[in-house]
Amino acid sequence: MAYLELNNIYKTYGEGENSTEVLSNINLTMEEGEFVAIVGFTGSGKTTLVNLINGLLQPTSGEVLFKGVPVTDTSHERGVIFQNYSLLPWLTVGQNIYMAVKEAFPKESKKVLMERVKEYVGMVNLSPAINKRPKELSGGMRQRVAVARALAMNPEMIIMDEPLGALDALTRGNLQDEILNIWSQDKRTALLITNDVDEGIYMADRIIPLKPGPNATLGPEFKINIERPRDKTAMNDNPEYKKTRNAIIEYLMDIGDERKTVSDVEYKLPELTPKSFVA
Amino acid sequence: MEQEMVLKNENSLSSSLKQMLLKLTPSIKKDGIIKSLKNTGITLLSILMFIGLWQMGSKALYNKEADYRIEKALTERGEEAAAAERACIESGDSSCQPNTLPSPSQVWASLQSLIADHNLIGAKKNAFAKKMAATNEKMIAEGKDPIVYTGRASFVDIVLTSIKTVFAGFLLAMFIAVPIGIIIGLSPSLRSAFNWFIQIFKPVSPVVWYLLVFMIVKTLYIGDSSDNAFVISFISVGLCAMWATLVNTAMGVASVDKDYINVAKVLKLGTFQKVFKVILPSSLPLIFTGLRITLSVAWMVLIAIELLAQSQGLGLFVWEEFQNGANDSNSKIIVAMFVIGIIGFLLDRLMLAVQNMVSFNKNEMA
Ligand SMILES: Nc1ncnc2c1ncn2[C@@H]1O[C@H](COP(=O)(O)OP(=O)(O)OP(=O)(O)O)[C@@H](O)[C@H]1O
Ligand SMILES: [Mg+2]
Repeated sequence: MAYLELNNIYKTYGEGENSTEVLSNINLTMEEGEFVAIVGFTGSGKTTLVNLINGLLQPTSGEVLFKGVPVTDTSHERGVIFQNYSLLPWLTVGQNIYMAVKEAFPKESKKVLMERVKEYVGMVNLSPAINKRPKELSGGMRQRVAVARALAMNPEMIIMDEPLGALDALTRGNLQDEILNIWSQDKRTALLITNDVDEGIYMADRIIPLKPGPNATLGPEFKINIERPRDKTAMNDNPEYKKTRNAIIEYLMDIGDERKTVSDVEYKLPELTPKSFVA
Repeated sequence: MEQEMVLKNENSLSSSLKQMLLKLTPSIKKDGIIKSLKNTGITLLSILMFIGLWQMGSKALYNKEADYRIEKALTERGEEAAAAERACIESGDSSCQPNTLPSPSQVWASLQSLIADHNLIGAKKNAFAKKMAATNEKMIAEGKDPIVYTGRASFVDIVLTSIKTVFAGFLLAMFIAVPIGIIIGLSPSLRSAFNWFIQIFKPVSPVVWYLLVFMIVKTLYIGDSSDNAFVISFISVGLCAMWATLVNTAMGVASVDKDYINVAKVLKLGTFQKVFKVILPSSLPLIFTGLRITLSVAWMVLIAIELLAQSQGLGLFVWEEFQNGANDSNSKIIVAMFVIGIIGFLLDRLMLAVQNMVSFNKNEMA
């Protein structure tokens, strides 16, 4: 039995004439302890896919199985880092994370929870900002708070929706390493949505492209056969790395071109006769 | 060389002055100070212009009425009577003054006399309290109610009564509208069930609310000789003014950002936590906008309701002065008008400050 299974998932938004099928025939299997990255174009339905897996959305047809059980609701076993951070603006950084750990560890004392909050705030280098409210933080800082909040809940599976998009290269690298650290301790399972192929190659065991929508579906997977722990600088000279990277980018460029040609064909002009304004 | 020195000095002087100012007003820059000075200047100028126009207007109205009176005396009672009338008006005798829009100075004088009157009544009250102190002590010891001063209320007492009534009405509105607003905001079906109710009762005029409350309270107080004017007025004010808060609360609760709801779901907050830790904080800004409108509506309808309810507040004061028709009645009405306006403004400022305190910038948020 696979750890996470998506079988023939279809997701349609809206009803009747206005409905659009965002995701079509998505099939994905993840084993426990795996790190999978999904790369895709903007608007292709990545967030929709993430929300189907974390339980915020239900598929129109098909099923999501987590450890063999259909996903019908959210769960603390599956931690989420939202793309738009989703911090509560009336709470400070510390309070935002405290709220999460309190729900995740209801039996722990306040002191233990506070320690945990401090630990994770420190991990994302935000200790000086622990008493600030989100609006006083930069986009990148907010993103780090969101990362800390999700990781502090100690989920079995970490679902990340473009978690590092707004960060500079250095912080990004640090957080990638932190996430990898946490993932490799007790062999957690991780799903990373990203638009950065290099990030995917550095972090994941497999990269799966999501074709552009509507009717987005998953493309062929690319296995990353580079030994862990990976070294960013050394990786650049690794022939395996170069090969995989080129293959993925070529594939993405091809479907990008396809999208352009397809969209050229798709636009049908409605038959309209201009209305005369002169009566 | 010397020139340079001077320049340098001036520079350091102005810069140290600037620093001092910056220290005093950390948020206001130099531009800010100039701007605010300019704004104050414009405000002062506009006040002066307003008083000038008012003076001219009241003068014109005064002359029109005076001319009419003299003319009337002339046509009805002959030349002698007209001359007498003119002399009477010019002498400033109160028996024949034109009764029209009072001038700024008359209003100012009325304000002074109202304050003097307040001090007089205050002195009387003190004297009364002193005189009755021994008796009252005895009465309290015997378990009876002490005798209190029941003389005429001063202008300040009247204003205080109005403020008390408006706050009681505001609190009533808050305690009714906020909980109901939260409940109907949470449930779309309750929202549609309540919608007709809100739509129908929201536009009802204060007078009708007063009559409704009067019908009910009168019966409840039947056989009770105590004064129920205050109760009737504050309940009517509350019912009149609560709708903005009700609608805004329901809207705020119903339109919580989807991201926050998603957070609540992913953290698996319980219903209580979800309402009090996520939904309410996020709708606080809208709730307070509603409360601010409620307070200003409450203050606005208060005057009419006090008049109807015969409650010893500004509404009744204005009406009684109008009925009274004494020489300075008109200027007292204008004094009341300014007091009403200024208190309304201050109440609004108070609510704005509270509102700013609880609001967070949603747009900047993610
Ligand atoms: N609640 C919704 N109702 C209707 N349409 C929606 C809804 N949410 C998303 N969509 C549509 O579904 C498509 C996919 O959206 P989604 O947010 O999943 O894309 P994405 O890949 O995450 O994009 P991005 O890279 O910008 O984050 C978009 O065309 C969007 O307009
Ligand atoms: Mg997205």
